[in-house]
Amino acid sequence: MKIDEIIALVEGKLIEGKTTDEEVTKAFASDLMSDVLTIKDASSLLLITGLANMQTIRTCEMSEIRYILFVRGKKVTEEMKELAEENNMVLIETSYSMYKVAGILYANNINPLY
Amino acid sequence: MITEYHVNGGDFTNAGSVSSTVKKMMRQLGVDSTVVKRTVVALYEAEVNIVAHAYRGVVTVDLQPDKIYIKLADEGPGIADIPQAMQEGYSTASVAVREMGFGAGMGLPNIKANSDILNVNSVVGKGTTVEITNNF
Ligand SMILES: Nc1ncnc2c1ncn2[C@@H]1O[C@H](COP(=O)(O)OP(=O)(O)OP(=O)(O)O)[C@@H](O)[C@H]1O
Ligand SMILES: [Mg+2]
Repeated sequence: MKIDEIIALVEGKLIEGKTTDEEVTKAFASDLMSDVLTIKDASSLLLITGLANMQTIRTCEMSEIRYILFVRGKKVTEEMKELAEENNMVLIETSYSMYKVAGILYANNINPLY
Repeated sequence: MITEYHVNGGDFTNAGSVSSTVKKMMRQLGVDSTVVKRTVVALYEAEVNIVAHAYRGVVTVDLQPDKIYIKLADEGPGIADIPQAMQEGYSTASVAVREMGFGAGMGLPNIKANSDILNVNSVVGKGTTVEITNNF
């Protein structure tokens, strides 16, 4: 699924990055960064999280996750944006809850990572 | 090439900056991306452990053509029972650390999974030394 479609489905807002032709095929939802850091194949993966701080971006930098969706109105800071830009990431914010986002994306054929 | 970095306990804003630098260095050297990821995930977990659990630490990185050796030596409370700390789920992390998204007790097991050679040594009341070696 294209980033634009995901944004539309969750009534989200693009905060950082470009909505390219790249496809997101799978997702993982977690607030636990150590859990995220165990992910081996992060290609085409969307991270859904309620944790919005520098460590979220750092974790994705190390794990090579490029797409992050922040739920429940969690706000991305300027510092987070800068680090995300440096790493060519896409950041999206939505007011929807993690449960709601997961349900919507699952119903629209975004596969669970596990 | 040997480089050295300082890490401060409690400094969650900068946690990961050493790992970020090492990632760039390894990439520049043309190291295989799987090895880069394994190394920086292990290093990042160890770096966050200094920030989360210790007072301060020094990270020494020896990047060679065929391998990388990283030593993280900290001053801190140390680990009394290393086998217990290595178990998945064991954590003494504070509420503040948990709020930063850490403290699941998964760091050390993940460091082990992502290192070819891992050594953890600790003296209670003095500090902890974590050594990671990965071959290219
Ligand atoms: N550098 C260190 N100094 C002192 N204690 C440490 C250090 N590193 C780890 N520990 C101890 O070992 C425990 C387990 O560490 P581990 O990295 O596996 O989990 P965690 O840091 O608590 O949580 P997570 O890594 O999942 O965010 C810690 O909770 C802490 O008690
Ligand atoms: Mg840890």
